[in-house]
Parts: sequence; C-alpha cells; structure tokens
Amino acid sequence: MKGMTVIVKTIASWVKILIFLFGIYIIIFGHLTPGGGFAGGVILASSYVLLMLAFGRKFVEENLSLPLASKLDCLGALLFALIAILGFVFGGIFFVNFLVEKYGQPLELLSAGTIPLSNIAIGLKVGASLFLVILTLSTCCKDFKPGTPSDGKE
Amino acid sequence: MAEFYILLLFIIIAAIIAVETNDLLSSVICVGAIGFGGSLMFLFLRAPDIAITQIVVEVLGLIILIRATIARDLTFITGDREFFGLVVSIVIIFVIFLAGIRVFETLPDFGTAIFARVPDAASQTYISEGLKKTGAANIVASVILDFRAYDTLGEATVLFTSIVGATVILRRKPKKLLEELD
Repeated sequence: MKGMTVIVKTIASWVKILIFLFGIYIIIFGHLTPGGGFAGGVILASSYVLLMLAFGRKFVEENLSLPLASKLDCLGALLFALIAILGFVFGGIFFVNFLVEKYGQPLELLSAGTIPLSNIAIGLKVGASLFLVILTLSTCCKDFKPGTPSDGKE
Repeated sequence: MAEFYILLLFIIIAAIIAVETNDLLSSVICVGAIGFGGSLMFLFLRAPDIAITQIVVEVLGLIILIRATIARDLTFITGDREFFGLVVSIVIIFVIFLAGIRVFETLPDFGTAIFARVPDAASQTYISEGLKKTGAANIVASVILDFRAYDTLGEATVLFTSIVGATVILRRKPKKLLEELD
C-alpha cells in the first residue's frame, strides 16, 4: 500500500498533530471531564491509523516500529499493576488511593491521587495495543487471497 | 423522549439494511450508522463518557472493516436464503420478543436509577461520597479507577492477553522476529 493522493497526505500531516494532542488532553483531563484512559488511548491509536491510511504502512512502521509498540503496551500494563501494588505497600489495601490527600484540591488538574496516573497508564496501554492490532491486521491481510494457502510459511 | 424514538427508528432501519443488502461495503457502512446512532443516544442520555468511547471505537472498527472489505475482490453476496434457517430465526426472535416484553414491564420508569429503590446501595455511596473520597470530579473515573479498579485491571488484562495472542499468531515472519530479539 503506497498511500493516497497528495491532498489526503497534506491534510493528514496537518490534522495528525491535532488528533494526537486531543488524545493527550482526553487522557490527562480524564478525572475532570468526560473521557479517560480508554477513550484517549483509542484517539492516540487513531492518529497513527490516519497516518497509516494516508502514507502507507511502511511510513508508520518507521515512526513507531512493532517491537517499540509492544514495549509501550507492556509498559502501560506494568505501570497500572505497579500503581495497584504501591497501593498495597503504602496503604495496606490492593488498589487503595494512597495519594488522595497528598496533593491538590478537588477540581484542580493535579488532584485525585492515583487516578490520573492510572489514566495515563491505561491510555498508553490501550493506544499501543490498538495500534498493534491494526498494524498486524494490515500486515496479515496484505497478500491474502481467499482460497489460496496463507503466506505464513516462507 | 421524541429524539430517542427517532434514533431508534434510524438504528432499526440501518440494521435491517445491513442484514438485507447484497453489497458488503454498504452493509459495513450501515453497521457504522448503527454505532453512531447509539453514541448519539448515549449523549442524549447524559452519558458523555460512554458516548466518546463508543464513537471512537466505532470509527476505528469501521476503518478496519472497510479496509478488510475493500481488500477482497468479492464484495457482492449472491444466492438465496435457506427456508429452514429463516423459520428458525423468526421463531427465536419471536420468543425473545415475548420475554423482552415481560422484562420491560419490571423496569423502573425512565430516568430513575434502578438502585434508587435500595437506600443503602453501593451506587448511592459512589454518588454522594465520590468527590470527597477520591477527589476526582468525573465520577465515572472515580468509579472505574478507584472504587472498581479491580474491574479495570481485569479489562486491561483481557486486552493485553488478546493483543499478545493476536501478535503471536498473525505475525508474518516468526523465525526472523525471534532472531532479531536475540
């Protein structure tokens, strides 16, 4: 897949930054406004999907390679589990909000204890894993023809 | 209330077209229309969190489905339906419809929470003490990441396991990837 026409490429190169920033906004403000880690992560993944549709799969793989994406995925999962275990260490209960009164007032950006940290971890995880799904599916479907054996064994 | 009935009619018409049409691409687009109608409904029901998630996942799933459809040469379905399958599906739909009528009679009125009948239900505590105990203004975030964080951990684990399985099964050159890692 070589990508689309020059109109699509130009518009995609402008819009990708806005979509990415909107995803980051949704993740960071997840404890104040609607949204959160899952929705923000999907928006982050969809900005890369836009790049993949406009410029082709190879361009995206040079920017965010498959091993790096799987490492980000694992990092998000590890951070989320780490927050849970830190709650057990400092608060005595698994997943307790041990930072809740340490910083900030309610309705401020820096508030709500471990909830923003969990949002960031989940956003990282969901974004990387949905990007991986689309990348692997597009790699798999590239030379696929119905009725012929798959190209897995080379 | 009128907008819900209009949206419901729109969703039902889109669903019927998605099942009945012969063109795979228009069927996929009708499935997308169902999802967007659903997200508009969540928005009118004052659940913006679910509306955002629904619309974002819908767009992503629509892109995957459209790409998978365009990649195939054969996008038209031909052939007739089986008579036996049609009869069985109509009977099953009718039975579910009868059961659904009984279920809808037991539901509370529109706009009142089902847990409002029980005075000391857990959801009442979430609503009244959520801001004070967690400090998060978005009560959905305080529920899914603080009160019910186990659920989110399970969901994240499900996602992680499925991604691991998909990348292992669908990767193209298994041996080469393993050599690169070493």
